[in-house]
Amino acid sequence: MRTAIILLLLAILLLAVSVIASGIGPYHISPVEVLKAVLRWPFGNGDADAIDTVLFSIRLPRVVAAGFVGAALAAAGAAYQSLFRNPLVSPDILGVSTGAGLGAVIGILLRLPVVAIQVLGFAGGLLTVMGVATLARTLRGAGDVLVLVLAGIVVGALAGATISLVKVLADPYDQLPAITFWLLGSLAGVKANDVAATVPVVLVGLAPLVLLRWRIGVLSLGDDEARALGVEVERLRIIVIAAATLITASVVAISGVIGWVGLMVPHMARLLVGPRFDRLLPAAILLGAAFMVGVDTLARSAARIEIPLGVLTAVIGGPAFVWLLARNRRKLLP
Amino acid sequence: MTLLETRDLAIGYGRTQIAGGLDLSVTAGSVTCLLGPNGVGKTTLFKTLLALIPPLSGIVEIDGRSLSRLDRQSIARQIAYVPQAQIAEFPYTVIDLVVMGRTAHLGTFGGPRRADHEAAMAALDQLGIASLAARDSTRISGGQRQLALIARALAQQTRIVVMDEPTASLDLGNRIRVLDTIRVLAESGLAIVLSTHEPEHAFVVADRVAILGKDRFATGPVEAVMTSKELSRLYGVALSVEQTPSGRHVVGPA
Repeated sequence: MRTAIILLLLAILLLAVSVIASGIGPYHISPVEVLKAVLRWPFGNGDADAIDTVLFSIRLPRVVAAGFVGAALAAAGAAYQSLFRNPLVSPDILGVSTGAGLGAVIGILLRLPVVAIQVLGFAGGLLTVMGVATLARTLRGAGDVLVLVLAGIVVGALAGATISLVKVLADPYDQLPAITFWLLGSLAGVKANDVAATVPVVLVGLAPLVLLRWRIGVLSLGDDEARALGVEVERLRIIVIAAATLITASVVAISGVIGWVGLMVPHMARLLVGPRFDRLLPAAILLGAAFMVGVDTLARSAARIEIPLGVLTAVIGGPAFVWLLARNRRKLLP
Repeated sequence: MTLLETRDLAIGYGRTQIAGGLDLSVTAGSVTCLLGPNGVGKTTLFKTLLALIPPLSGIVEIDGRSLSRLDRQSIARQIAYVPQAQIAEFPYTVIDLVVMGRTAHLGTFGGPRRADHEAAMAALDQLGIASLAARDSTRISGGQRQLALIARALAQQTRIVVMDEPTASLDLGNRIRVLDTIRVLAESGLAIVLSTHEPEHAFVVADRVAILGKDRFATGPVEAVMTSKELSRLYGVALSVEQTPSGRHVVGPA
């Protein structure tokens, strides 16, 4: 019951942040006008005014993209944390973001369309997470926190080095600025058709996580216990890794590399609804979406230039995470 | 009625056989105590009984059906596992932990419903720890955590329960409490297999004993198997089994 109320409040928060964010910008639109325009849109009266143009071709695609990016990164982070039985892993710590980034950067270098960049990003992310898991298992049994994080750093560093190589190879006047800016994370260039290409992929990746949420939570007890409780561990693990990597890679392909969200948002959600994964996942999705919409609005409106998202999430997320850990050491770090 | 049976079972990992020729038969309403020195494969045997690792050869049958023919969920409806009480990675509440015992009874995509929560509460009630339901399972005592894990096995509603050293690292009061609980559960019709490093516990709680030593496996009624000679050989030190005037059995250096 308590969880249902919190989820409802988070949904309202997400809606409110989205409506307000859609109005903020050089051309200001009041929240009421935003709501009116959105409600009017399905009945399309033909004569699109200035508000409609700004809203539907510029602001809303970006708000929707930010929402899905945040939701995807937070959901992937929560899933990885349960899967690896470790509250400190996230797509960036496991090197998935960098691996997906490498795939996507190669896609940019080859001037491929968004869909191809997504496929390359997925391949890069999947290869990285498999490399990290294999390396950790070879060095010492899986599930060892330190080895897992170290393996993530090693594989992430390799992917990072390859990204640097791609940067050297890229056209310095045309591709290099795009790659650099994109590696810092940004939704500045997002267009409606990018969003349309990404949203279904994210939904396809989120669906198994949502459907299997109870079993994913049981997985956090460890392989043997989960099996004894009736969970097909190997099959479930493959599904979760594929789904979480798919959603990470697909949003990395449109937003670039954005750190901290996948680590911090699940922790904030855990403080609200507790550690049970079936409650944590929806809370992390809603909170991640609201957080990202807010941060992206700050990124495009706080200064006269566009602030890279990765910079903002690090500046906000880093200290916030340390504060969370210090305040709730017992609850977050057993 | 025999619920769990092994025939000429060999256990181990990969190609390394740890023990072989194990014939074990566990009936409903009985407690079987598994004794053996460190490292002879008690946990390996349990993992084989739970189908967590495959047998190297031989057969494990649950209720007359071969374990290798059952899927994970069917196995989990027949046999529950109480692991050694270790602290979970996430601070689940006690009731959350116990509800996870219902997993084998849920659909693939489902979560627990009201009836599952009620079953979990009933299991806590049965063990007298209902007041712990909302407590953080990482912040209760070792004895309470062990009882919570037994409650999870009860919520699983199986007919066989396997417990890996349920009294390890518990104080005297909690040890007695857990042993009493095991006896009560057996009287309610469950078949219970547990391992322990305390031979005296076998006299207190068990109907039958299985001893697993290097190159030796023996099973039978408690008093028949737990002789001074057999225990001395099992642990590699001279031991004697004595009975006190009050009828209790004491195992100590000869």
